[in-house]
Amino acid sequence: MKRHTLSVLVQDQPGVLARVASLFSRRGFNIESLAVGPTESPEVSRMTIVVNVEGSPLEQVTKQLNKLINVLKIVELEADASVQREILLVKVKADPESRSHILETVQLFRAKVVDVAQDAVTIEATGAHDKLQALLKVLEPYGIRELVQSGMVAMGRGSRSISDRNARPADKST
Amino acid sequence: MRRPPQPLGVGGFFFTILSTTEPDAHQQRGEADTVSSSPDLSSRAETTLATMTGAQSLIASLEAADVDVVFGIPGGAILPAYDPMMDSTKIRHILVRHEQGAGHAAEGYASATGRVGVCMATSGPGATNLVTPIADAYMDSVPMVAITGQVPSASIGTDAFQEADIRGITMPITKHSFLITDAADIPGAIAQAFHLAATGRPGPVLVDIAKDALQAQTTFNWPEVLDLPGYNPRTRPHSKQIREAAKLILSSRQPVLYVGGGVIRANASASLRMLAELTGIPVVTTLMARGAFPDSHTQHLGMPGMHGTVAAVGALQKADLLITLGARFDDRVTGKLSSFAPNASVIHADIDPAEIGKNREADIPIVGDVAEVIPELIAAINAEIELGNVGDYAEWWLQLNRLRETYPLGYDLPTDGTLSPQYVIERLGKISGPESIYSAGVGQHQMWAAQFIGYEFPGTWLNSGGAGTMGYSVPAAMGAKVGCPDKTVWAIDGDGCFQMTNQELATCTINDIPIKVALINNSSLGMVRQWQTLFYNERYSNTDLQSHRFPDFVKLAEAYGAYGLQCDSADTVDSTIEKALSLNDAPVVIDFVVHRDAMVWPMVAAGTGNDEILYARSIAPEWGSDD
Repeated sequence: MKRHTLSVLVQDQPGVLARVASLFSRRGFNIESLAVGPTESPEVSRMTIVVNVEGSPLEQVTKQLNKLINVLKIVELEADASVQREILLVKVKADPESRSHILETVQLFRAKVVDVAQDAVTIEATGAHDKLQALLKVLEPYGIRELVQSGMVAMGRGSRSISDRNARPADKST
Repeated sequence: MRRPPQPLGVGGFFFTILSTTEPDAHQQRGEADTVSSSPDLSSRAETTLATMTGAQSLIASLEAADVDVVFGIPGGAILPAYDPMMDSTKIRHILVRHEQGAGHAAEGYASATGRVGVCMATSGPGATNLVTPIADAYMDSVPMVAITGQVPSASIGTDAFQEADIRGITMPITKHSFLITDAADIPGAIAQAFHLAATGRPGPVLVDIAKDALQAQTTFNWPEVLDLPGYNPRTRPHSKQIREAAKLILSSRQPVLYVGGGVIRANASASLRMLAELTGIPVVTTLMARGAFPDSHTQHLGMPGMHGTVAAVGALQKADLLITLGARFDDRVTGKLSSFAPNASVIHADIDPAEIGKNREADIPIVGDVAEVIPELIAAINAEIELGNVGDYAEWWLQLNRLRETYPLGYDLPTDGTLSPQYVIERLGKISGPESIYSAGVGQHQMWAAQFIGYEFPGTWLNSGGAGTMGYSVPAAMGAKVGCPDKTVWAIDGDGCFQMTNQELATCTINDIPIKVALINNSSLGMVRQWQTLFYNERYSNTDLQSHRFPDFVKLAEAYGAYGLQCDSADTVDSTIEKALSLNDAPVVIDFVVHRDAMVWPMVAAGTGNDEILYARSIAPEWGSDD
């Protein structure tokens, strides 16, 4: 199994998220993470979908996605050719003793503290999946009270845009 | 699939597809912006800016989409649409007795004529009753538009009376769907729906319209341009793939043309025949493709699959090359996938890229409309032949002819003098002939109808192939008869299937749609019973319908205003069929009381490989010494 990141441009129309999500579940694929938001074009939304599948089922799912009328374009973003980011908010127990250690960790990971209470701090961190997992591993011993994480967003490196003609589509048929 | 890619003429108007994303899409605007000057257009142009209700706009849209028949039932939410429907001189609305009947009738109409079938229902249960035919149309790629009323937009989501999220329910079984809450969107959605249903891989499209959108005042504006930037079906095959396919075809020694329903949907039967005759390669036609190639043709080995001929199944298993045209490697054809056609390379041509490589890896994938693929293949093969590259399949035909001669389709007559169902169907095909249209239900009678009628022309065999929907036959025959009123249309049905949708006989009688029903009455759910015989130690759990006792099908037919005939002996089969053919002022139902233990052979048991096909019970074919 391999992690694949798909960037999917869709028409911003009601029901499009349901269409995409139901297609994944109907064809038996699990979505690991999903992020949806606006793009530079007002009629177009962009979904970043992370799936764990083998090569040929991935081809099948991208072909099926391409058949959805509201799907405009699908591009697979390779990890080394793209910037991939997730955002994380984590509330960590912090007594006077542990607080300074936690703040040091925050600095090391270039995260920041966005809320402070008597016995806890809330940390915001952005980064690739592995970095955030590493941060959580370090914070875990202090006691994680609450955790929320966004789906991954990703963008290809270099000057080309996903809406350029030459961006490599994930559907390699023909 | 049948229409030229673009510009598209629909109802005298021209469309251009707006394409912003596919760099290689053919961006021809051509005459798209000019409005055709056909006479009925001028009158429509005058009404373009006239104020009307959304319901009137819906009817005007259906007229503009060239709809001539709608099958449906009114109800609360769709009621506004039925008022202007009454005034339409172009659209014939046929009031059915159950929405499932409307859906299958639209399918039968579409499958027999090649046009888009239309059905209409109200919200909630009306719409959910369309779910089965929509799923059926999705599985068999039938071009269909389903229009449903929805509760007023302010009530959507409140669990209002007769509310159902039909768009959500049908999302996985439609090619696309629309929920319209603004009357101004009606013409655009209808235009898109018809375009989507008919082009690319055809399929069902749902248009759900809120009642207040039907009641609101609007102006009718039929779109000149379709805004479908995410929809660019590739119809034109890649020329390099075509050349490679041609070379592989001529260098192979044991090729088979594996023909699926796509060839019928694409109207490509004539060019298929040219390809077959040019190359001399054997042809098999799947359940969905019966009629795509004449059964009488010497190169035709028959139907492959679970109940296919030994020659067709054997040809696929022994082939070194499958030339797959508009077929999808369905499990009923392949048997156990891992042992299907183990030595074959695969050329797979389909308009749906997602079918290629889905079940079986393709060595040469060809995305395109088979109506364009086949002529290009013919040209490429001719070019190879001119270079002296000629195929030689003489050895292959020796093998196949031996299989065909040793294991022809056949059946044993019952020893107790009761009527053989296969004999009835065989005689029906002989007497009514290949010009007639035959619509089957699902089960044993469907398989016998696929095996023994003898099809010569595309569009003469209608059935529920992918979904296997019992109850398809009668309403589909009704739709086919409406679309082809000059043809004889037979519903070949089982006693189980018939009792699911026979209420549409009332629709047929009242609307002067004289279909003929050949009821193969074995008093049981025959195919299930066959499996119980073979795999469940003859324990017949809940398959005995006792239809020999109830209902009385002759009386039932007569109660619906149809002719009711009965036949229970071989002596009277011909005369009864001839009698039915002479009665054309009302529907006819023949109750053929047949032997209940007849089984469908050959058979590949579910889950086993095609090599394990049985010619008859406990009789496996001998494949020959060379394997």
